Amino acid sequence: MKYVDEFRDGEVAKGLAVAIAAEVKSSRNYSFMEFCGGHTHAISRYGVGDLLPANVRMVHGPGCPVCVLPIGRIDMAMRLALDRGVILCTYGDTLRVPASGGLSLLKAKAGVGNKRGDIRMVYSTLDVLKVARENPLREVVFFAIGFETTTPPTAAAIRQARQEGLKNFSVLCSHVLTPAAITHILESPEVGRYGTVLLDGFVGPAHVSTVIGTRPYENFAEQYRKPVVIAGFEPLDVMQAIRMLVRQVNEGRAEVENEFTRAVTRDGNLKAQTLVSEVFELRSSFEWRGLGEVPYSALQIRAGLAEFDAERRYHLTYVAVPDNSACECGAILRGVKKPQDCKIFGTVCTPENPMGSCMVSSEGACAAHYTYGRYKDFPVEVEQEVRA
Amino acid sequence: MSGVRMNYARPLDFKQGRVDMSHGSGGRAMLQLIEELFAAAFANQYLAQGNDGAVLPPSAGRLVMATDAHVVSPLFFPGGDIGCLAIHGTINDVAVMGAQPLWIAASFILEEGFPLGDLKRIVDSMAVAAREAGVAVVTGDTKVVEQGNADGVFITTTGVGVVAEGVLLSGDRARPGNAILVSGALGDHGMAIMSKRENLSFDAPIVSDTAALHGLIATLLATGADLRVLRDPTRGGLATTLNEIARQSGVGMLLEESAIPVKPVVAAACEFLGLDPLYVANEGKLVAVCAAADAERLIAAMRAHPLGRDAALIGTVHEDVHHFVQMKTSFGGRRIVDWLSGEQLPRIC
Amino acid sequence: MCLALPALVVEMSGNDMGVVDLGGVRKDVSLALVDDVAIGDYVIIHVGYALAKLDPEEAVKTLALFAELGTVEAPVQ
Repeated sequence: MKYVDEFRDGEVAKGLAVAIAAEVKSSRNYSFMEFCGGHTHAISRYGVGDLLPANVRMVHGPGCPVCVLPIGRIDMAMRLALDRGVILCTYGDTLRVPASGGLSLLKAKAGVGNKRGDIRMVYSTLDVLKVARENPLREVVFFAIGFETTTPPTAAAIRQARQEGLKNFSVLCSHVLTPAAITHILESPEVGRYGTVLLDGFVGPAHVSTVIGTRPYENFAEQYRKPVVIAGFEPLDVMQAIRMLVRQVNEGRAEVENEFTRAVTRDGNLKAQTLVSEVFELRSSFEWRGLGEVPYSALQIRAGLAEFDAERRYHLTYVAVPDNSACECGAILRGVKKPQDCKIFGTVCTPENPMGSCMVSSEGACAAHYTYGRYKDFPVEVEQEVRA
Repeated sequence: MSGVRMNYARPLDFKQGRVDMSHGSGGRAMLQLIEELFAAAFANQYLAQGNDGAVLPPSAGRLVMATDAHVVSPLFFPGGDIGCLAIHGTINDVAVMGAQPLWIAASFILEEGFPLGDLKRIVDSMAVAAREAGVAVVTGDTKVVEQGNADGVFITTTGVGVVAEGVLLSGDRARPGNAILVSGALGDHGMAIMSKRENLSFDAPIVSDTAALHGLIATLLATGADLRVLRDPTRGGLATTLNEIARQSGVGMLLEESAIPVKPVVAAACEFLGLDPLYVANEGKLVAVCAAADAERLIAAMRAHPLGRDAALIGTVHEDVHHFVQMKTSFGGRRIVDWLSGEQLPRIC
Repeated sequence: MCLALPALVVEMSGNDMGVVDLGGVRKDVSLALVDDVAIGDYVIIHVGYALAKLDPEEAVKTLALFAELGTVEAPVQ
């Protein structure tokens, strides 16, 4: 696969590992947060951590929209499916997230009492429009989640639905914003409770940035004096970005740099941004699972498009539902604690039975560690190597 | 039934006819379905007797029995259909125990309204698969359920085979130092199904690898190598099969990602859908665990066989009380290849 | 974040739709969110939509940067 395989080359990785080791100062530690769930996944799945020097630590941030989706929002989607008989379309990621009453969308699909939810997995909003066209007598609701990467496709679907005059289609919008979340981590009042985390810089999200550009991070880098390097999606991109961050830290700089120049520009995708601002507006506040209420961090559908807004169409109200009190996700999302520090990690809380946001999707810090990295918690001597 | 012909008003209409409730009732309609379709296709002495059960000859060794239900959707997919899948699957389950598969029982749950033409295609496909493998479908059953209660057709097959003296293959026999082998590229079957469902198209199509593996297994056993475990990585893929074996044997494993064969187009399809090839089903592949000294010999034997051309050594077994299956990534890092969590759902993130 | 892939545009189907190819696998995708896409361009695809064009020159430059760094020797610390 062109533009994919070259960026996963193990031989080049070795060279980059040497280069990073050469640039780090042994006299200090480096703590970088990779904000984006896709980066968390890439780091775990390829074992990038093994190639970094011991004094470089990667902290997994809250950039996984499934992980930060509050239980209350999933409850809303479930009630629409179970009580209002809509066809609920959703990306696969949300199906297993546990909500209230021990239920999930997957369980609602199987049936609760004498009710069954017509819940369908889709890859694209294009599929949802198709379902709406093919079922004119049924109400179809799209459960829209995701950061700025996933928002333009939802906006495009709403515009398309309006152009076609679709009368049975609406969106339950839980789209959230990246820069607001990063700011919140560094600034939140809870920092006093959880303790500050010494973060030296950020690996900025890849595909969010193709849409929003690198500009939104500039104020942020200046205000908080933390370097940000926008990194591509592949493991070599991540390593190169780490190298650029190390260099910035050593040189005392706090700039926005772009490693993902093949897909990201300073302005981003203006066509997509314009469409998004035509369809959506900012919510004054939104609850993030694990982070609490974050101001101006999420989107809602504009009043002029109310017929496509499931919250207005079905008069839905949001009810907040707290997480298990033993759950340490809040601290883990801020990088103050590690998954292993949580009392219920791996025992009560597993990918099969997630208690909080970090375990819910394979990109959450706890899930990634459990699925890919927990062998590191136990000393296992492996003597034989494979001779292929 | 031999010698007495039932008078059916009309032969089965395979062009326009559909399964209806009478085909499962036990009456004439069902008898006609059995005679004109099943018995005609499977054609052997056991079915010809027309009894409810088949009396089988005494065997020359220990018996192996295995059973599978097949509910695949779509019923017809690139490279096969639910029929040959059922026959191959059960042959393989018997064969990986080291047995020669001999007899199969097949039961069908048919949905009211299912086209007889499609049923004939499936049954003919089963007959071909069985004949090619030297296996007889000796007994069976048919039921019909109301529309909406089955996905067209569900098939359950049970197979019986005979194990030669001295052959001992079992999931609890992997030991530290053993080598882990696969017979070829992974992920073909699962991606053939997923791709059809998700309307992906290809230059070089992904075709299911469904195949009967007893011939390949026989050649492996004939080498006299110290073969300890054989399994076919079906649902849940290689990762699930290896975790099962690790747990049964109480050992850990270390794999080399770059040694695991996956066709580039299958890897690309997995990327598109956000799936991991290690967890994708295979229907014509083997995982083998053997003494390290015999690995080369077994790979050579597999590669000499049409179903094992891309056989590879992919890992080793070691002591580990946690039974982790670890992998050195092609990138040079390390990760575990864990049990599948729930169903593998495609990701957007 | 969010699973997105670089794929080659092989067909323009009209109505803001196109067909892309990744490693021999083809899929229908929407081109509604990008301008000036032509056959032969690489685009980043996410949930069935092209989000950006990939700049081949920048890709080459980035790969060169990786390779260049790879020859640095680790100094004694």
